[in-house]
Formats: sequence, C-alpha cells, structure tokens
Amino acid sequence: MKVILRNPRREIEIDGRRRVHALLVELGLPRESHLVIRNGTLVPGDEELDKDDVIEIRPVISGGF
Amino acid sequence: MKCRTCRGPAIIELPRHNANFCAEHFLQMCRRQVEKAIHDHDMLQKTDRVLVAVSGGKDSLAVWDMLVELGYQADGLYIALGIGEYSEESREYTERFASERNLKLTVVSLRDDYGYDIPTATKVTGRVPCSACGMSKRHLFDKAAVDGGYDVVVTGHNLDDEAAVLFGNALRWDIEYLARQLPVLPSRHGFPKKVKPLIRLTEREMAAWCVIRGIDYIVEECPMAEGNRHIGYKEALNLLEEKSPGTKSSYYLGFLDRMVPVLATIAATGADSVTPCIRCGAPTGGEEGSVCAFCRLVERSAAHEPVSVELVRKKSRSQKRVQAEASKK
Repeated sequence: MKVILRNPRREIEIDGRRRVHALLVELGLPRESHLVIRNGTLVPGDEELDKDDVIEIRPVISGGF
Repeated sequence: MKCRTCRGPAIIELPRHNANFCAEHFLQMCRRQVEKAIHDHDMLQKTDRVLVAVSGGKDSLAVWDMLVELGYQADGLYIALGIGEYSEESREYTERFASERNLKLTVVSLRDDYGYDIPTATKVTGRVPCSACGMSKRHLFDKAAVDGGYDVVVTGHNLDDEAAVLFGNALRWDIEYLARQLPVLPSRHGFPKKVKPLIRLTEREMAAWCVIRGIDYIVEECPMAEGNRHIGYKEALNLLEEKSPGTKSSYYLGFLDRMVPVLATIAATGADSVTPCIRCGAPTGGEEGSVCAFCRLVERSAAHEPVSVELVRKKSRSQKRVQAEASKK
C-alpha cells in the first residue's frame, strides 16, 4: 500500500495487508498523535488495510501559540 | 468496532472515553463537550458578538465551525505573520473556509500594517520565535476586539495545549503562571474577555472533526515552532496517555477543579496596576508614561531589514528524521 506521511509530506510503500494499529506501531507513530485517513474518511484502529489502499497518516500535534 | 451510541460501524476509537464512535455521534460528542465547557465556565452568551482568533489550523477553524453551528454570532480575525509559505498557505485555508461559509473575516498583516514579520522579530529579539509571535497575536487580537466592539475573543486552545502549558508551568513551579492558566480571562483594565471552548477536546479529536466536516486546514507544522519545548511536553503527555488513557483530561480538568481554587488569591493579586501605552493606548503593566511591549517590538523590528524564515529556524526532529530516512536509502 501507499502511505502518505506529513510534516514534511512524503510517501512510502508498505508490502502486504496490515491492521491500522499494526501499521502505526511498525512506523513508530503514536496513535494519540495521528489519524489514519483513507479516501477522505477516518479509519479506526482495528480496520484491515488492503495492499492496494492509499493511506494518509496525519499528525495532529501543533506547536506554538 | 461499533459506535457506542448507535452500534453502527465506528470510524474512531477514543480510549480516554473507553468508547468508539461513528461520524455522527463523534460530532455529537464534540458539540456536547464544547457546550459543557461554555456552560461550566460561563464563557459565552448567545447574544455575544464573538471574535474568533483563526490561524488556518485545525483548532481555530474547528472552533469557529462549532460556534457558528451552535448559533453564535462569530466573526474571524486572521493575522498574517509573514512566516514564508506557511503563512501564505494558512491564510488561503482561512480565507477559503470563511468565504465558503459566508463568514466575516478580517485580516491584519504584520508586514503590510506594522512593517515587520515574525522571522525578523525573532532575529531582533534573539528569543524563541513563539515569544514575539504570541505577544504580537495577543496584542492585535485584543485591539481588534476592543476596536470592533466584540464582547469576547475565542481561541482554539485545546486540551493538549492546556495540559502542555500546565506541565511546563508545573515543571518550573511557576506559581503566578499556574494561577493565571484559566479557561476564561474576564474583561478588565481595557483587555477583552478571552475564552477557550475546546479545553475538553484533544488535538486528535479536533483534527478528526475537521476531516469529518470536510474542513481543509494547514496540516504542516509552523516551521518556526518545530522542535520547541511545548511540542516536547505534548509528546511526553501523549506517551503517558497511551499507557493510561484519560491522563491528560484528568490532569488538566483536575487542575481546574481542585488547584485553581487554591491559587485564586494569587491570581487576584497580579497585574492590577495598568496604564495606557503612550503610543497606542493599549493597556500595559508598565509605569505611567511607558511604551507597551508590542510598540517596542514594532519599533525595533520595523527598523531591521527583513529576515527570511530559513535564517532563524531551528532544525526540528521531524526534519532530522526525514534526513535520516533519506540517508538510509
């Protein structure tokens, strides 16, 4: 699957199927500070991602005041 | 994974509520949390004229969206900070949001209206970028609210923001800052009332609100805030939250319930001597006849030649991570 990461924007390829939680763990990204989005829709942690999916993993932490 | 409310398919899990929600009931939960914050802390009346401080990020656009949805008369104020492409993009998101919803938006430009920008002010002051940025924004939001006859200024500070500030203040045992870290600052001494309706909602929930509601916002971090101490506090708190869901809300909301009353006498003793700035008339904590910090910043920064973002930005952990990824290939 194609995974789009942000801050800065970049893409990586992951082979095979994964559950959302497993993908975040594999990439070392905490669930509390990321959302997983597929086709503009949020995907919950237990959802299985297909090898042909295009996924955005969006960080949610912003800094400064 | 099923929605706690309707048992339909869930789209998000919220461990701190030990619950999952579908889109409809997630939005309902968010609205209720905002209504509870507004009610519990007497933040807003339906007749108030509200000015929302908007940045183009998820929190400020989400709170503006929610308040309009809840029936408040809310206009927006955007401050163009001059932080390169980041500012240009965030302005585009803000203007698009306002025009698509036919909402009133005022834009103030630091460079066009005051002759400086945040990178230049950072260079001139020699302090962290968020210092000049925060001071400029506070001054200009106050001024716009007073000049525009608004009853209250709304900011998009969320639970993560407040917990991180609390964490920092507690690490330093900065009692005066702790005493003043309130979700409502009442109008006094010429300062407008300021409120934070998102204190019961996390950053992740605000980002989810925007995705579900189709709100485009600037996802990229401010290049000048990258790697700052505040973000480090958030990351530390999120580690605790992953181990023990609900930690952030019990920490911050418990502070409001149990520590704020203890600190009330300290909060009441601070900053009672306020005089008008001899240049702009804004209230300032200095002695009679003094110039406020904002006017001093403008004077020094506008006299300096413009400085680019790259010259003053720190290399963040995310940049280092990407460089490390690239070097492995």
